[in-house]
Amino acid sequence: MKTSGTRMIRALAVAALMVCTVMSGQGWAAKGPYKIGGIFSITGSSSFLGDPEKKSMEMAVEKINAAGGIDGHMLEPVIYDDEGDPTKAVLAANKLTSKDEVIAIVGPSLTPTTLAIIPVVEKTGVPLISCAAGIKITEPVKPLVYKTAQNDVLAVAAIYRHIKAANIKKIGIITVENAFGESGKEQLAAQAPKFGLQILQAETFGAKDTDMTAQLAKIRAAQPEALVCWGTNPGPAVVAKNVVQMNMKIPLYQSHGVASPKFIELAESAAEGILLPTGKILVADQLPETDPQKTVLKGYITEFEKRYSMPVSGFGGYAYDGINLLAAALKGTEGDKKKIAENIGKIKGFVGVTGSFTFSPEDHNGLGPDAFVMVVIKDGKWQLLK
Amino acid sequence: MQELLQYLFSGITNGAVYAVIALGFSMLYSSTGLINFAHGEFVMVGALSLISLWKGLKIPLPAAFAVSVAVTAAAGLLLERLALRNVRKPHPIVLVIITVGASILIRGIAMLVWGKDSHSSPSYSSHPPIDIAGATLLPQSLWIIALTLLLVLGLHVFYKRFLTGRAMLATAINKKAAAVVGIRTDTMVLLAFAMSAGMGGIGGALIAPLSMSSFDMGMILGLKGFCAAMIGGLSSSWGAVFGGLLLGILEAMGVGFLSSGLKDASAFVLLLLILYFRPTGLFGKAVVQRF
Repeated sequence: MKTSGTRMIRALAVAALMVCTVMSGQGWAAKGPYKIGGIFSITGSSSFLGDPEKKSMEMAVEKINAAGGIDGHMLEPVIYDDEGDPTKAVLAANKLTSKDEVIAIVGPSLTPTTLAIIPVVEKTGVPLISCAAGIKITEPVKPLVYKTAQNDVLAVAAIYRHIKAANIKKIGIITVENAFGESGKEQLAAQAPKFGLQILQAETFGAKDTDMTAQLAKIRAAQPEALVCWGTNPGPAVVAKNVVQMNMKIPLYQSHGVASPKFIELAESAAEGILLPTGKILVADQLPETDPQKTVLKGYITEFEKRYSMPVSGFGGYAYDGINLLAAALKGTEGDKKKIAENIGKIKGFVGVTGSFTFSPEDHNGLGPDAFVMVVIKDGKWQLLK
Repeated sequence: MQELLQYLFSGITNGAVYAVIALGFSMLYSSTGLINFAHGEFVMVGALSLISLWKGLKIPLPAAFAVSVAVTAAAGLLLERLALRNVRKPHPIVLVIITVGASILIRGIAMLVWGKDSHSSPSYSSHPPIDIAGATLLPQSLWIIALTLLLVLGLHVFYKRFLTGRAMLATAINKKAAAVVGIRTDTMVLLAFAMSAGMGGIGGALIAPLSMSSFDMGMILGLKGFCAAMIGGLSSSWGAVFGGLLLGILEAMGVGFLSSGLKDASAFVLLLLILYFRPTGLFGKAVVQRF
C-alpha cells in the first residue's frame, strides 16, 4: 500500500513538472492559438485549384507563426478536403464551426461549394474568405463573406478593353457548358454594349467534346472580327486547335480559366498568338519594377517553388492572400469573430499575390482592374502586353 | 454551302470515332451476346497508352500503336478471365452489371496511372488540313475512316472465312450446342473479349490525336458508341459503322441548324426514336433469342 502511494505521488510530481516545462516553454506566448479553418478541393477534378491552395495556406501560416504569430497567438490551421462536392463542403463547414470552433474560414475553392456553405457561416457568425471566382459570392454583399479570386467581370472587362483598343466591333463567342462557361457567357453578353461590341454568334460546347468545328463553322459564317472562348481545360485547347485547322484568321481570346502551362502543352503550336487575361503571377518577372505587386509575387513564387519543388500556379495565391488578409484583420481582435469580419472590410490598399485589395461596404472582393493583365502566347511562353 | 460541308466533315470526324467504338460493342455482342459497358474505358486506355508510348517514351508510331492495342486487349482478357468467367449464375444482366463495375475500376486505375490532367498527342501525319470548297477536313479523320473500314472488312472475312470466326459465331448462337460439336467455348469467349477490347484500344489510339484524352473520357464515348451500335442494329458490323457516322453527322447538323446546347440531346433522342420504331436497329435482323 505504502509503496504504491509513494509511486502515485512521484508520478504526480513528474506530471506537474512536465506541465510546468511545457507552459514555461511557451513563455509569454502562452495565449491559446487562433484556429483557422480551410476547406479546399484538394482531391477530385478540381485538385488543380485546391492542392496549391492548401499548400499556400500552410506556407502562409507557417510564415506568420515563425514571425511570432498575431498578438502572441499562434495560428493553427485545420484543413478539410471537400473533393469539389458541395455536400462535403457543408459537412466540413459544420465540423469547422461546431467541433473545431475556428474563428475564420479560408476557402472553398469553387463557386458551388462556397455558395453551399454561406448559410452555415452566416448561422454561426464565422467570417469566410472564399477562393472562388463566382460573382454571386460577394454580390449581394454579405457582412461575413469576402473573396480573394478575381471576378469574371474583371476578366471580361480586360478582354473587351483589349478588343476595343484593336478597333474591333463584331465578335463571336464560344463557351463551355458548365458553371464557369455560363457565368462567362452572361458577363460577355452583359458588358458587350458598354464597350460598343456586338456579339454576332454565341455557341457552346460540352466539357468533354472532341471536335468543335461545327460550332466554329457557324461562328465563321457570321463573319466576326474576333473570337472569345470561355472555358477550362481541355475544351479551349480543342477550340484553339480547330481554329488553326479551319484556318480562321481572326484573333482568338481565351479566358483566365486556361492560364496555366497545361494549356500550352495541350494546344501545342495552336496556342501561338492566343490572347488572354491572367493574374500577374504568370508574368511576374516581366512586370515593370514600378509594379507594387512585383516584390510580393517574387517572394511568393520563390518560397512556393523552394518548398514544394513544383511550378507555381496562380490559384494558390487566392489562399495565400486569404490568410494574409485574415492575419491583418486579426490584429487586436483577440479572436472576436464579428470584429474580424469588420476589420477585413476596412482593409485598404493591401498588396497581395492576386492584386491590390481595397474593400468597401459595397465591394467584398476588393480587386480593381489591375488584378488582370493581358498576355499573348509567343514561342510557347506567356508574354506580357503593355 | 460552305457551312453545310463543314458540318458534314465535322460530323464525319466525330462519326468515325463513334463508329470504331460501336464496332467493338457489336463485335462482342455478335460473338458472346453481351454488352460490355466497360468498352469506353478500353478506348480511354488505348488513347492514353498511345500518348504515353509515342509522345512520352518516343517509341515509333506503329510500334506504339501495336503495344497500346495489345495492352488494351490484355485488359479485356483479364476482365473476362478474372471477373466474368467465374460468375456462378452467368445471367446476362449480372454480367452486364459486372462490366459497369469494371468500368469504374478501370477508370480509377487510369486516374492513378495517368493522373487527372488531360493529355494531347500530335497527329499521325503532319499533313496540313485538307481544304475542300472552304471547309476543312482533318487528315486524322481520313485515317480513322480508312482503318475503321479495314477493321469491318477484316471482321467480315474473319467471321465468314475462318474456322475460328465461325466457331465464335456458333458459340454466340448456342453455347451448349457449340460445345457438343467440339468447339472450346471458353476460349472463344475469351478471344472475343480480347478482340473487342483490342478494337476499343484501336479506337482510342485513333482518336488520341483528334482531341484531348483524360482518364474520364471513356464514359461519354462509350455511351455514344453504344448509341451508334444500337442505331445500326447491335449484331451488324456495317450497321455499327453506319450508325456511328449517322449519329456524328446528325449531331453536327443539330449544332449547325438548331443549337450547340442540343448536341448530346439529339443523339439520345435519335436513339429513343429508333428503339421505338425499329427496336432491332436499322440493320438488325428480326429478334434472335440468344440467352
